Amino acid sequence: MNFIVCVKQVPGTTDVKINPDTNTLVREGVEAVVNPFDLYAVEEAVSLKEKLGGNVTAVSMGPPQAAEALKETIAVGVDEAVLLSDRNFGGSDTLATSYTLARAIKKIGEYDMILCGYQAIDGDTAQVGPGIAEELGIPCVTYVKKIREIKDGLVTLERMLETGFQVIEVKLPVLITVVKDINTPRLPSLRGKMKARKTEIPVWTAADIACEMDRIGQPGSPTWVRKIFAPPRKTSGRILSGELERQAKELSEELKRLQLI
Amino acid sequence: MGIRVDSSKCSGCGICQKSCPFGAISIEDRKKEHPRFKRIAVISSACTLCGACAEACPFKAISIKKEEKKPTEDLTLYKGVWVIAEMSEGNFHGVTFELLGKGRELAEKRKTYLGCVLLGVGISGKARELISAGADRVIACDDPIFKDFYDTAFVETIAAMIKEHKPEIVLLGATACGRGIASRISGRLKCGLTADCTGLDIDSNGFLVQTRPAFGGNIMAEILSGNTRPQMATVRHKVFKPLATDAEKKGEVIDFPLPGGIELNMSIKDFVKDMTQHVNIADADIIVSGGRGLGSPEGFKIIEQIAETLGGAVGASRGAVDAGWIPYSHQVGQTGRTVCPKLYIACGISGAIQHLVGMQSSDVIVAINKDPNASIFQVADYGIVGDLFQVLPALVREIEQSRK
Ligand SMILES: Cc1cc2nc3c(=O)[nH]c(=O)nc-3n(C[C@H](O)[C@H](O)[C@H](O)COP(=O)(O)OP(=O)(O)OC[C@H]3O[C@@H](n4cnc5c(N)ncnc54)[C@H](O)[C@@H]3O)c2cc1C
Ligand SMILES: Nc1ncnc2c1ncn2[C@@H]1O[C@H](COP(=O)(O)O)[C@@H](O)[C@H]1O
Repeated sequence: MNFIVCVKQVPGTTDVKINPDTNTLVREGVEAVVNPFDLYAVEEAVSLKEKLGGNVTAVSMGPPQAAEALKETIAVGVDEAVLLSDRNFGGSDTLATSYTLARAIKKIGEYDMILCGYQAIDGDTAQVGPGIAEELGIPCVTYVKKIREIKDGLVTLERMLETGFQVIEVKLPVLITVVKDINTPRLPSLRGKMKARKTEIPVWTAADIACEMDRIGQPGSPTWVRKIFAPPRKTSGRILSGELERQAKELSEELKRLQLI
Repeated sequence: MGIRVDSSKCSGCGICQKSCPFGAISIEDRKKEHPRFKRIAVISSACTLCGACAEACPFKAISIKKEEKKPTEDLTLYKGVWVIAEMSEGNFHGVTFELLGKGRELAEKRKTYLGCVLLGVGISGKARELISAGADRVIACDDPIFKDFYDTAFVETIAAMIKEHKPEIVLLGATACGRGIASRISGRLKCGLTADCTGLDIDSNGFLVQTRPAFGGNIMAEILSGNTRPQMATVRHKVFKPLATDAEKKGEVIDFPLPGGIELNMSIKDFVKDMTQHVNIADADIIVSGGRGLGSPEGFKIIEQIAETLGGAVGASRGAVDAGWIPYSHQVGQTGRTVCPKLYIACGISGAIQHLVGMQSSDVIVAINKDPNASIFQVADYGIVGDLFQVLPALVREIEQSRK
């Protein structure tokens, strides 16, 4: 079985804030991390490979620094990694990103399963996984919380919905996006870390994966960000005071006034 | 790419670097090329052209010129605002009515009709409900294929409907099902799609302005996709308000035949209702949440008790979930669920940003914590500083008293 995992490097969420005085963004750390949900996808691919044999390739699209994210995946058992990096990829929305990743996956060629995190924590869109599947014309199962069995070219898995889960049987190749329930990612081993340090991550440009130039980067992105701004602040709330019983009474009265109880 | 740093204005101060949410800016030494300016901002391909740096730059050294993507077809052919109805077990999901409420407003601004796509089996009686909720036109496809939720059947049919009827705006619920099919439809039609919008409006060009949180709610972004059609967006449950139902409202139903050749490339073997999700926190009007301050799994008894008194659901912080006190399906926050109830009561929760992003848009927030400096108080409408094991019983007593 050959697995491909799509991994995104994202800024640690808590780093990004709005300075309320100037209303501009401030990024406190410059720390970038592997999108936490992608670590579950990596773990699932690596543990399936250990069970069934095969190969795991990680792919990321991003600036040159994103090679670091790929090295982290090598440290936990990914066999090979490719970075898609090209100035022409800049400004990509989810449609352009899906197209670009799909082009790279076509070049990698042989795969039985593609795994993505269910969403990335910077954009929270959950659109790229299904977008890649659409571009490749393969089935897609989102919100996978368990892979039950892989046998005879069929995979049986559990897909989380709001009120429970579906049990789905689907033919390979398939693209799945995974949620946190699926496993517990391992920590890198010493050997893994050494391997990661020694690995050179190959970089592919738009030309390497034969992209149509009007489908990548900003020209290939139908959506654009017009502006970003601070979320509206809550008008400051009230800390109740006085005897505990008084506070409880006051709260209960307020909730009643607001017709919440 | 259309972003430029004017080397004659850039002082290399680094303010833009700090302002970039994507870490796309570095300050580099360029002494050789620009003897007068030692350092200059360099923008990498991680840039999304969001404009934060241009706004932050005190020297106006950064300019952004977006390549105007010329529409490849006549956009005026597209008319109508569409909502894709979502059903489960024969009933509409609440988000459908909320989208019809918002859709009505958008359709009026665009002086066009409000359509609603209805896919299901044995649904002929259901169109009326959608019309009463605001739709002028229901585009329906009644077929046994829609009995279970197969993404492909929905994607193929909705894409065919859009190609034929050419709506200018298409809205879906940001549910597990809605998000997946929305992305595939936009991929097929090569049109723009914006996820999880919290605001929708029409600008002076007649474009759909889509407002959404990013970075877990730390910032908001306004997104446009005006040069392609349809303009698609998903919207979370409980963001918009439904209209009052109008049983007299007139509307038409258009029957759309199932497109031929749909191949279901998977089979749904079973659906297992998850009992721990008995009360679905994403849908609850009232949520009482507990955190590590409960001290033990027994602590949740008191949370359950007050939730029951209020007729609400039980939520939890990751702290409590990781401690094994309550299943993950109750977790609220960045790696759990995003909720937006009318009332959220946080008990013994410190208010870490990853928790706040999942609940801060609740209508009314009550926080109970013994630490007066806990960050949860920053988003709370009402705060009680005290031991939850004393506060909650007192509160239950008061509520019961007030109901007598
Ligand atoms: C990538 C990532 C994703 C995350 N995702 C989530 C997420 O989805 N959801 C989430 O919730 N967290 C998430 N977290 C974790 C988050 O950072 C916090 O660690 C977590 O929310 C803390 O839970 P807590 O508030 O219950 O515990 P604590 O921070 O330990 O707070 C307990 C609070 O209870 C108060 N307390 C103690 N005893 C009492 C008492 N008797 N009466 C009243 N108050 C009392 C204390 O004063 C304290 O404020 C995430 C973290 C990371 C890094
Ligand atoms: N630039 C990227 N490089 C590699 N994988 C990506 C990229 N963007 C998104 N993905 C994958 O798609 C998933 C969903 O991302 P999103 O649609 O942005 O929420 C992520 O968890 C990744 O697995």
